[in-house]
Amino acid sequence: MQTIESKAEPKTNEGSKFEIVTRKDFSDVTYLLEIRHPLMAKAAKPGQFVIVMLNEHGERIPLTIADFDRQKGTITLVIQAVGKTTKEMQQACRVGTRLYGMVGPMGIPSPISHAKKVVCVGGGLGVAPVFPQARAFKESGAYVIGVVGFRNKDLVFWDDKFKKCCDEFIICTDDGSAGIKGLVTEGIKQAIAKHPDIDEVVAIGPPIMMKGCAEATRPHNIKTMVSLNPLMVDGTGMCGGCRVKIGGQVKFACVDGPDFDGHKVDFDDLMTRLRRFTQEEKMALDRWTETCRMANLPASTPASPVESKPKGPRKAVKSPAKKS
Amino acid sequence: MAKKKTIRTIPQQRTPMPEQDPQRRAHNFEEVACGYSLEAALNESERCLLCPDEPCIAGCPVGINIPQFIQKISEKNFRGAYDVITATNLLPAVCGRVCPQENQCEGVCTVGESLEPVAIGRLERFVGDTAIAEGWVNIPYIEPTAFKIGIVGSGPAGMACAADMAKAGCDVTVFEAFHQAGGVLKYGIPDFRLPNDVIDAEIRNLQKLGVKFECNTLVGRLFTIEQMLNELGFHAVFVGTGAGYPSMLGIPGDSLTGVLSASELLTRCNLMRAKEFPNYDTPLPPAKRVAVVGAGNTAMDAMRVSLRLGADKVYCIYRRSRTECPARAEEVHHAEEEGVEFHWLTNPVAILDDGKGNVRGMRCIRMELGEPDDSGRRRPVPVPGSEFDFETDLVVYAIGTNANPIMGQTSKLKLNKWGYIETDDNLGTSVAGVFAGGDIVTGAATVIEAMGAGRKAAASMKAYLGIRDTKVANLTSASSAGKLFGIDVKERNFARIRVA
Repeated sequence: MQTIESKAEPKTNEGSKFEIVTRKDFSDVTYLLEIRHPLMAKAAKPGQFVIVMLNEHGERIPLTIADFDRQKGTITLVIQAVGKTTKEMQQACRVGTRLYGMVGPMGIPSPISHAKKVVCVGGGLGVAPVFPQARAFKESGAYVIGVVGFRNKDLVFWDDKFKKCCDEFIICTDDGSAGIKGLVTEGIKQAIAKHPDIDEVVAIGPPIMMKGCAEATRPHNIKTMVSLNPLMVDGTGMCGGCRVKIGGQVKFACVDGPDFDGHKVDFDDLMTRLRRFTQEEKMALDRWTETCRMANLPASTPASPVESKPKGPRKAVKSPAKKS
Repeated sequence: MAKKKTIRTIPQQRTPMPEQDPQRRAHNFEEVACGYSLEAALNESERCLLCPDEPCIAGCPVGINIPQFIQKISEKNFRGAYDVITATNLLPAVCGRVCPQENQCEGVCTVGESLEPVAIGRLERFVGDTAIAEGWVNIPYIEPTAFKIGIVGSGPAGMACAADMAKAGCDVTVFEAFHQAGGVLKYGIPDFRLPNDVIDAEIRNLQKLGVKFECNTLVGRLFTIEQMLNELGFHAVFVGTGAGYPSMLGIPGDSLTGVLSASELLTRCNLMRAKEFPNYDTPLPPAKRVAVVGAGNTAMDAMRVSLRLGADKVYCIYRRSRTECPARAEEVHHAEEEGVEFHWLTNPVAILDDGKGNVRGMRCIRMELGEPDDSGRRRPVPVPGSEFDFETDLVVYAIGTNANPIMGQTSKLKLNKWGYIETDDNLGTSVAGVFAGGDIVTGAATVIEAMGAGRKAAASMKAYLGIRDTKVANLTSASSAGKLFGIDVKERNFARIRVA
């Protein structure tokens, strides 16, 4: 289509307000960024998301807010490097650098119901965005059971944060290297077996995991809320790219969600629509990796990826490595 | 004055606009209509009769003094022409390009009764482009007031309101959710119809007036309208957020991966520069055959963008006939020249999938025109048994939009039954100090109508704040009849005291 030139891409984002104040690497693919934005920290509520642009040439990617600190005036995002943009961010986003754009908090905040006993389920990266909900439920006086799932013990993060706000906490790993061996649905089953009076389950993670959670609770008729992560452009209801099917009706995840009743969500439709740009995503990633190789830059930092990563859609950056 | 012009003495033919060759332009994003040269503009300006009725002024939603600016052109006083236009219209380079003049000023032009009407839009664009090239900007002397105004949305309505309030001496901040200002002018209207440089130039002019732009700011969610008034110190707020929320047809196959709204296609291409993928990161689905449903201006833009992105075949699917087609005549003509295939009286029934979630084709049914409906247009009714299938890779819906729900979700503003913001005749909303205009009030309309609404809201805002309307204040009247302490009764809001 166009001739491919390697233009010097704007990297510094001088004049932007969105300064990165903290960075933590949980593993070679998962990293945390804390970004200064006092107004947003004041406004953010559990379940909301932001749209981030790395640079002027970048795309707009939606990321669920993993935490916010009203005192410090910061927003925390946990990101998994799966596609071109998230890998480039992994390389470029250092403390002191700035993002080109960050808008939010978007979406309807998660309704923190008056449930007395809730299970908060996070799979892989979904562990991060489910944390503010677990904390909010705890603050509203609920008995909170945390269930988090990872592939193995090396990928586990934030267990300390969860332990502080959960009355019970279950870690599930695929290989059993930490907690119980199995998927988060195992953890849900255990929790349901022990507590027959669970009012609500909140599940955040890749679509296949949320689907599994919804199926695990359906026979018990437990209300199950999920946070959907379709592709988005504007995030303000204007483009309709993020439309999802809920109980046969079309809804826009950005303004009508992102939280929906898991028992009504058409997950197959969501997964198909997440694959819209698979080819373009691969092309962009290959081209970028090649540029890094030519420039002798590590394609991913701090270490080059050793293990194979899921070929998830690039925008499903909140999708964790964990499958369920 | 020179001898009086009559319909017989003026140039009989409308001065043609030089255009890029259709075959060539269908593959590039450069402007289609290249603009008048000096000679062409002078020639066309001679065609205005300067008739005493001046129907064109009434035909213009913002009431530009059209005969006067055309006369200035004919006198080669281009700066003067610019001054005349900018007295009422802030964005001549934009409006000259995107207004539906045939339904407005040109539609009522006296010359148009016997010949082709004066090409008012083209002349306006000529003046606007000249101003940008020369770097003209009209910054009036502004007496500062203590008022702080917040504008939600940086599209045409917001920009027009911002300009008027800045000229009235207010401290104006425009909030935009996207990372760039301009609203629909940036994300919606493609470069070949309205280059981004033109919009940026107009935005720079606003900044010179003192207007501040805050991008990456989603009002309603980052802070609410009520917070703007009660905590952030804004004395009045204008909401011009546009319609948003594209309609889907609700037929089988709607959610296939190859079905998208025209807004998404245009935003990806125009604002996110997906046409330059992979140099820009945002992708677009590649498509050899594209079917666009709808025949409004947005549909025309979507079709012509698709051609430029490399589609071999672009079809327009519209359930009514050409007569009812709501797009500007010029856009339809351009789309036709570029090779768009129009299928009038055709309605989609289903989108067909390839078994993998992608679009394989579309099933349509033929329509015929029946009795007139509420809109006065003849209602299309399906012809039984006339279904047919055709192949396509991508389906674009350009069938209008519904109200964006964010303002309703986050404020106490009263909405009407369709979800648009309810206003009084002066564009005041149910919340004191909050005004609204443009698509979020009326539903999808044109750029100039939105600008008209922005200006009207600005006038109401000034009255609300007690800022003297210069138009009224400058009326010198010898008699003091109807005046109170020397202040015209029309200005009764002048003495209003606001306790901030």
